[in-house]
Formats: sequence, structure tokens, C-alpha cells
Amino acid sequence: MTTIAPPAAAVGIGLKAQHVREVIDLKPTLDFFEVHAENYMGAGGPALRHLTRIRERFPLSIHGVGLSIGGSAPLDRAHLDRLATLLQRFEPCWFSEHLAWSSHGGAFYNDLLPLPYNTATLARVCDHIDEVQERLGRRLLLENPSTYVEFVASTMDEGGFLAEVATRTGCGLLLDLNNAYISAVNHGRDPWDSIAALPAAAVGEFHLAGFAEDRDGAGDRLLIDTHGAPVAEAVWDLYRRTLRHLGPRPTLIERDQAIPPLAILVAEAECARSALVDAAAWLEAA
Amino acid sequence: MMMPEPIQARFANALLAPERPLPPGFVTWNGSDPSVRFDVYRNNVVVSLTAALADGFPVTRALVGEPFFAAMARCFVVEHLPESPILTDYGDALPDFIAAFPPAHGLAYLPDLARLERARVKAYHAADARALTAEDLAPHLADPQRLPATRLVFHPSSTLLVSEHAIVSLWAAHQGQGRIEDVELHRAESALVLRDGDEVQVLPLALAIARFLAALAAGTPLGEAAEIATATAPDFDLVQALALLIHHGGITAWKPSGELAA
Repeated sequence: MTTIAPPAAAVGIGLKAQHVREVIDLKPTLDFFEVHAENYMGAGGPALRHLTRIRERFPLSIHGVGLSIGGSAPLDRAHLDRLATLLQRFEPCWFSEHLAWSSHGGAFYNDLLPLPYNTATLARVCDHIDEVQERLGRRLLLENPSTYVEFVASTMDEGGFLAEVATRTGCGLLLDLNNAYISAVNHGRDPWDSIAALPAAAVGEFHLAGFAEDRDGAGDRLLIDTHGAPVAEAVWDLYRRTLRHLGPRPTLIERDQAIPPLAILVAEAECARSALVDAAAWLEAA
Repeated sequence: MMMPEPIQARFANALLAPERPLPPGFVTWNGSDPSVRFDVYRNNVVVSLTAALADGFPVTRALVGEPFFAAMARCFVVEHLPESPILTDYGDALPDFIAAFPPAHGLAYLPDLARLERARVKAYHAADARALTAEDLAPHLADPQRLPATRLVFHPSSTLLVSEHAIVSLWAAHQGQGRIEDVELHRAESALVLRDGDEVQVLPLALAIARFLAALAAGTPLGEAAEIATATAPDFDLVQALALLIHHGGITAWKPSGELAA
């Protein structure tokens, strides 16, 4: 099995169990599929067999949600070993994880929890990424999180922090435009500030998803990253602007709640493809 | 020695203690109360882990109703966070938790029903192993003198359930097989759960076969296991019991000399 590099204007969707049969039978017009690493860490059974069949037809992106790179504790070596086995087996085009923590004191919280951005956390995150890249023998794409609180202990902004991590470790970045928009609204900032701070060459993939809207204690908008709705118009706008700034990158539509029929997700991915093609033409003309 | 990380430890402790005030160290751009925002994380943890449990216990959920299950799952989550990010491994402790959960005491069958559902999830994700076919076993079965000392190895997906309650009928009634009103709750029932091809099977077992399989699973040789079964029911049929296992791909090794697989 060789690794197939998808085209620059590649679009994909997150693979959901209920779509697996249709994907195998119908082979939709997508360039890649993304799966959560932790859903494929069982010892055996049909889930791994199905993913093997999909991998025979499509490139894969493997997206981890449990490594706790932002955690204060050392990385879980057993989990890193499981990831290495999975990546060896499925040879994905990309492996990505989050700037977040999810485990503490031996317990897994199943959420992407925030960390302060300062010199101490920067050093720790870089150490963890060095360890991951060394163990896996490949480049990691680190995803910007959506956050709901900020820390008094932060001395750096998120864009600057991510840029520094990429520079120090050589890791790539997965720019989730939904997360960038959510965090900017939730913390009263312009989302462009954090995007403009990122080193263009490091950005290797985009994520797009939908959010839910709530209010904070002062009655201001509080956006919640649910992956349960279509991509919002404001996020599409941010995506198109980012494409003109950074250029096309493989783009993924994520949906983990209220999952619609496969055709709806494919159509949303095709909207992203149109934006990628438009941006490529605009950049060529410019 | 690692420096303690007060921020992360405080954050983690506050996640599962909504009644306690938020620790210091948070800031909001508009000066609003950070606890309203922190509640998003508290909610994510409990709701996402409850959803992970709900996926694996659909009949348990249907029997108690969604609000009861959600309330019970919340209590469980607070006491038993996952130990790894692999959520298909989460829920082993739920059946025992249900047995000790006072509001569920009226539903004596519920812990074993939850064990059956947990066995199904584990069967789905268990290791692959080639099952021995009737053809593979024909030479062994044609050599009856060696049968009594033979030991079997079951497929890694297998779990044997022996219950004082009608858990197999209850589970089947939720799959459209039989009416739930007709289930005699106090009838003892047993089942073998295993993955046969891609499908997880729940095979109802007579008590004698269940005791036979339990003995085999514990490493007892065939002859002795058959005696245990015959003591339970004199009409125990060894051929039928083996045929059931073979038909569903339940045997992965046949050890005529009696040695056990590592």
C-alpha cells in the first residue's frame, strides 16, 4: 500500500460509521477521508476491516483526539505506541492532533481543554511534539483549538504561540477556521489576527465545521464548537479570505453531531472545492 | 521531579464539581463571570462521556428511559472517568455500578443485561482469529479416544453470560424478537456472545450447555466438562453443543494432548 498524495485542491470529510457502507459501494467524489485515531484502536473486528477497504480507495488523514499534547504530565507512551501501529498500518497522508489537553491524573476527560500560553507551556508543548514526531517518524499537524476561557497566566496570543511551536519543532499546523472564528468571537478579538500570525509554509490542512450559539454571563455571544451544523457563512468568508492569503490546502468538512446523509456532506465539501479552485485562479491572476 | 501544575490540576478538579466555585486564574475579555464559560467544559465532559456510554448500552437505556440513564451515567462518570482515550474500552465498570446504584435496585435484571450489552461491544472490537471449521475438526472428532482429554480455546470475542434473570429474552425483545410483556423476568437465562464473521451474535444457551462452556473456558478438558453438563441435565447432548460452537466460529484451537494455548 503506497501513500497517495491528493491534489492541492483536495477536499474530504470525516468518516462516520453510518456512511461506511455507502462510501465503499459508491466511491463519492472526495479526495480523502479523515478518521479519529482513537476509534480504530480496538484489537480487531469489522471497523478495522472497513477502514482497510476505504484506504484501498482513498487517501486517509488520521486525526488524534487523545494524546493530550498540552498536558502537564508526560505523554502516554502506550498511546503513542498505539498511534505508531495505526499509522504504520494505514499510512495516512497526514497525522494531526490538538493544542489542548484531555488527560490528567490518569483520567481521560474526553474534551479538548485549554492551556495558558506562556514560555513554560511553550517549552512543554514543544517537548511533547518533539517526542511525538520522533516516535512516529513523521511530521505532526497541530490544530488550533476553540476555547471558552482565557488564563491570567497567558503571556502570548494563540497565533504567536502556534507560530513559535511550528518554528521550534518543525511541526505543521492544521488551521481549523471554525475554531479560529469561535475563539475570536468568544474572546472579543478579530479572527484575522491569529491567522495572519501563522507561518504560511507550516499550514498543511484546513478544517471547517459548524458551531452552536449561546450567551456568556454578560450577554455577549458565546460560540460552542459542536460539529453539529453546516459551516456558518462567517466561517466560509474567513476560509475564502484565508485561501487568498495562504493559498489552497487540503480541506476537511467535520461533522460529529446531527450527522446528515452522506450526500449533504459531500455537497458541503464540493463548496469548499469551489472556493479552493476560485482562490487558485485568483492567486494565479494576481 | 516534575513540578506540580496547579492550573491544570485545579481545572481538572473543577470539571466534575459544578457545585464548587471556580478556582482563580481565569479572565474574560468583557469582564463576564468565567464560570458561565467554564460550564461549557463541564457540560462537554459529562455529555460526551454519557453519549459514549449510551452508544454501548441501548437496551439498558430503553429499559430505564433516557432521563434515568442520563442521571445514572452522570453519577457513574464522576466516579469512573475513562482511563484511556479509547472510548470503546469505557463502560466495563458500569454493570457493577448499576448493581450498587440504589435507584436501580428494583430492576434486579439490569446489571446482567448491561453485562450482555458490554460483552457485545467487546466482541465487536475483539482481536481477529481464524475459527476452526467442521473440516478442520473432522479428524479430531473421528478419534473419540482422545476427546475426553481435549481442551478448547474459544474465539477472543467470546463472553459467556449466566444470569438468574431473563436477560437474553429481554435483549431479544428489543431487537424485535418476541414481546417484552411476555418475558418472564425471573427465569434464569444464559448466552454466549461472540463475533461470527462481522456480526456479533447473542446465542441463547440451555443451562447444561452454559455450564459445559464455562468449564471449557476455565480450561477443563472435554470429558470432565461433559460430565458437569450431564449432571446438570441428563439429556445433555455433547455433539449438539460442539456443533453450536463450531457453526458460529467459536473455537480457535483444539488441543488433543491437553496443553493450553498461551
